[in-house]
Amino acid sequence: MRKIAWLLVFAAIAAAAGLYITRPASLEDADIAGIEPDLARGELVFHAAGCASCHAADGSEGAAKLVLAGGHELKTPVGSFFAPNISQDVENGIGGWSRVEIVTAVMKGTSPSGRHYFPAFPYAAYGKAELSDIVSLAAYLETLPADPTPNRAHALSFPFSIRAGNGAWKLLNVSTDFAVEVPDDPIVARGQYLAEALAHCGECHTSRTLTQGLDAGRWLGGAPNPSGEGSIPSIEPSKLDWSESDIAYYLESGFRPDFDTAGGSMVEVVESLSALPKEDREAIAAYLKAIPPLN
Amino acid sequence: MPNILKLSIGTIAAAATATVVFAGGHSSGPPEIKARQSHMQLFSFNLGILGAMAKGEVEYDAEKASAVAKNLATLASLDQSTYWTPGTDSDAVEGTRALPAIWENIPDLIKINTAFAEAATALSETAGDGVEALQAGVGAVGKGCGDCHKPYRKPR
Repeated sequence: MRKIAWLLVFAAIAAAAGLYITRPASLEDADIAGIEPDLARGELVFHAAGCASCHAADGSEGAAKLVLAGGHELKTPVGSFFAPNISQDVENGIGGWSRVEIVTAVMKGTSPSGRHYFPAFPYAAYGKAELSDIVSLAAYLETLPADPTPNRAHALSFPFSIRAGNGAWKLLNVSTDFAVEVPDDPIVARGQYLAEALAHCGECHTSRTLTQGLDAGRWLGGAPNPSGEGSIPSIEPSKLDWSESDIAYYLESGFRPDFDTAGGSMVEVVESLSALPKEDREAIAAYLKAIPPLN
Repeated sequence: MPNILKLSIGTIAAAATATVVFAGGHSSGPPEIKARQSHMQLFSFNLGILGAMAKGEVEYDAEKASAVAKNLATLASLDQSTYWTPGTDSDAVEGTRALPAIWENIPDLIKINTAFAEAATALSETAGDGVEALQAGVGAVGKGCGDCHKPYRKPR
């Protein structure tokens, strides 16, 4: 009887320690004090990070792409995520958040009330970004319109529905290091930053490990489509034999070298990346040619 | 060998041959799929000529660009209603990436196709006005491709 009591105490301590180790991390005002946001930079980060792909209402075109009312459904094997409203609405959006709360959400995956976000929000990528870029992004988001659309709860299966579990996921899978080593070159480095920290290409194009983190050893080597239909192609150099200019033109226009076009979610990606300067698309192309081939 | 056995072997062989022939004929799928894919092939062939000019891979040729863009506009204006018979989606038959959602959203398809045809017509009118006009027009047509390929085409 006493043994059982001790076991229970031990289990409680272990659980508490586990929750403590995996508690949500936040940034403080002091962390971003002195960083002057640059709105033009913030707009570029907004497009490079593909925010509108998930947070604009489905079917939005043109200016409506800047109304971040949420609602887009992301189907995955563990259930459906519904992108939240991140417009400037105070009630349902992020209009009432401080700038450091926005930066914390994006880079740490922690909400203003100190809860973990699910990694469907690619904070594991955004956490690799320059703090000044995300401060600029937060300032840019503050200039976008408000929309009152209420948020829709995620529909996840147990045990994936437990938010605290995301703390363990973060511990195992989040790192501020880049996934692969690339040759020392300023254009390739810019491409790596765009692809790995902002555009989060790996979220779809890299297969996952047992703990559902991205498998750095199979970086951009293709993966099953999380939504079930077909698969996401490999884009590492042993499979993607397009020239750099073909890749850059694809990211601008959606046209493949054979003049078939992008389909599925990649259409949204092209819409976002086409808003970047040409040099940035060329940098992503240079990066894709510079990463380690898998075969 | 008894006659009855010969007959049986013959029957089985004939049946097997017939199965192979039937399977061979069947695997090419409904002719609508070939028609759809051929049509798409013509789009991409013509777009490829314009795209090479837009990308700067070949020299811009106003006359050629106009002629090819006219092809595109003509192709976009063709009535495709006979291509898209129900039961020829990616769940029902092999060899197509046309998602079943197409048949649940015909009015949306018509809307997308109308906008696409308008973009192709606009391109046919401006393709001869210089390489920048061509680039813009090709971009708009490409957007039209994506508008349909995003929701209605299954990933590879």
